[in-house]
Amino acid sequence: MTAVGRFLTRRQNDGRQGARRWTVADVLTYGYLIAGVLIMFGPVAWLVLSSFKTQANLLEFPPTLLPLAQQTAEVDGYPNPLPLFDVAFEDGGVARLAQVRRVGLQAQMVDPADPGEIVRVAIDQRTPVRVFRLATENYTESFSRFNFATYLRNSVIVTVGATLITLIINSMAAFALSKYRFRGRNAIFLVIIATLMIPISVILVPVYLVITQVGWINSLWGVIIPGAATPTGVFLLRQYMLTIPDELLDSGRIDGASEWRIYWQIVLPLAAPALAVLAIFSVMWRWNDFLWPLIVLTRSEFFTLQVGLNAFQGELNVQWHYVLAMTVLTLLPITVVFSLLQRFITTGIASTGVKG
Amino acid sequence: MAATPNAVQRLNALAGDGVQRVYALAMNALGLIMEPAQKLLGVRRMAYLFVLPNLLVFAIFILFPMLLNVYYAMTEGGNLYPQDRPFVGTANFERLYTCTDYGDPNTCLEDRFWRAARNTGVFVFFQVSGMVLVSLITSMVLNRKIVARGFFRSVYFYPVLLSPVVVALIWKWILQRDGVLNAILVGVGLDPINFMLDGTWAMTWVILVSIWAHMGFYTLILLAGLQSIPAELYDAGAIDGTSTTQAFRHITLPLLMPTMMVVLVLSLIRAVQMFDEVFVLTGGGPGSATMLMVQYIYMTGFGTQNPRFGMAAAASVTLGAVLLVATLLQLRVGRGSERHLA
Repeated sequence: MTAVGRFLTRRQNDGRQGARRWTVADVLTYGYLIAGVLIMFGPVAWLVLSSFKTQANLLEFPPTLLPLAQQTAEVDGYPNPLPLFDVAFEDGGVARLAQVRRVGLQAQMVDPADPGEIVRVAIDQRTPVRVFRLATENYTESFSRFNFATYLRNSVIVTVGATLITLIINSMAAFALSKYRFRGRNAIFLVIIATLMIPISVILVPVYLVITQVGWINSLWGVIIPGAATPTGVFLLRQYMLTIPDELLDSGRIDGASEWRIYWQIVLPLAAPALAVLAIFSVMWRWNDFLWPLIVLTRSEFFTLQVGLNAFQGELNVQWHYVLAMTVLTLLPITVVFSLLQRFITTGIASTGVKG
Repeated sequence: MAATPNAVQRLNALAGDGVQRVYALAMNALGLIMEPAQKLLGVRRMAYLFVLPNLLVFAIFILFPMLLNVYYAMTEGGNLYPQDRPFVGTANFERLYTCTDYGDPNTCLEDRFWRAARNTGVFVFFQVSGMVLVSLITSMVLNRKIVARGFFRSVYFYPVLLSPVVVALIWKWILQRDGVLNAILVGVGLDPINFMLDGTWAMTWVILVSIWAHMGFYTLILLAGLQSIPAELYDAGAIDGTSTTQAFRHITLPLLMPTMMVVLVLSLIRAVQMFDEVFVLTGGGPGSATMLMVQYIYMTGFGTQNPRFGMAAAASVTLGAVLLVATLLQLRVGRGSERHLA
């Protein structure tokens, strides 16, 4: 036990100067971090716990921490399982009875061991017997109305397709802008930079018109293509490619490589770190994209997960047990990806911050 | 910009041999177009071919719509096609900006626009200042010598990855009348509050939830900034007997300023554009207490039976102008910070 304590409180200077005392700053630091874990993970954990509660359990106030469901028992002579209650009699006795039916303030109850005799009990004398149970039916039942597989497929197609297209066309443009001198280069770069911060939400109406003209309403292309020419991506990649020495390209040309081959066999592999960062950003943007898909996609077979979940919660505003379950399902894929790649993602994003 | 070699190795390991083969195959296939094109155009003009795909998408889906948007703002009616829309000149803007008293949205012709503008102002001010403060404190805590830094860093970053709809639903569930937060309030002897029916509370929670959802991103950027400050500076300070507060004021803050500016401007622009989380969490309600500018544009142009595309476009031209100013400001600040670093 003391060894564990020493391990947990060990600090960098240990060994050289012996164990240092905990300072006020250390206590504050770990207090802050632990509060942080509660605040950041708490809401998600509460969502997951709640999603496994029965509808009745969800309506309780104050809510129970764990999903609880009333215990039921099969009783001879009754076709359906009956709910169990602990009954406190006026003489001080306590019994566990099954409820047959409730009539006003009276409940008709039987002893599961002796189902012949019906006992009448005032309802305030009984308390339900509850056990921990995961209401997995929240998940299975909502599948008929929330087409998770379709939405997930659409989301994956949009995210992967858009990211690949973004990486290719952005890197091609960045290659031209960083490695060639041509008329109009500066003008093109300036126009791209000027729109760096203009979001699609500012030009909703005309982009909608363009999409209508192209015939991409209710098509995943309408979600994928408009955001593919990201100014951020061109800017990020160009800045990185500027650091690749031109001599490498020239030696490729001397060896007779075509410009295209120089691009994909020399420049792109060298720009891999910047491409990885852009890929992370693109996946985050596209997976979470909401407003634009909401406008382009109106038929449910084309919904992405976000649009589908929003429509589902709008339809079933009070049926929280279904909405919570599907919310958990929606956050599952990104959580799995993040837990596998979290180191890679966090270092990647941190590296853009300084010079981004 | 240097991603760690570790990250690259991981990517390579993940990608593997198969991906490389697919990559080579796809690139060779595209080469069937690009290599004959080089014979046709010559090396110099290949540059145009390389920018073409990006430029085409950019021109069709960003640049052209931007110009068209200005035209839309000068037309009226519910028809989507420009040729069916009567030209009205600056009438939409005049209507948008007509108020008898600019301090009171109720006196404006487009009272919802002004309410949205005011809400956006309140939201941006408190959200951005809260965001910068919380991210700064968190990054400084993470920069201390702590156990399991990677774990804690990921904890704060995790909500960034959650989609806005999921974030909004998580908090809608917590904040509802019979929700867990009210249970806690009752538990400590207070009265429950119907957060979503009170305008001030709703706005407060909209701000807090969006800070919760995005602070991890800015924390990471600030942490990277803190870690790029050379440790020798602090060592030198320690030798000279500098106190912690002095070190913060005279070493940390000035050297972190460029990163702080990046964070400030990025979060500012993102806050002005805020839509999704608020839309799902409150729907702009109660009443229009939390309706922000982008939601006004969406509601005016799309979320209604009688779309007023002209008015939506006029509002978005206004928003675009504000964002353009913010962007120019950032370029200015960016240049300033580069000078600062050099």
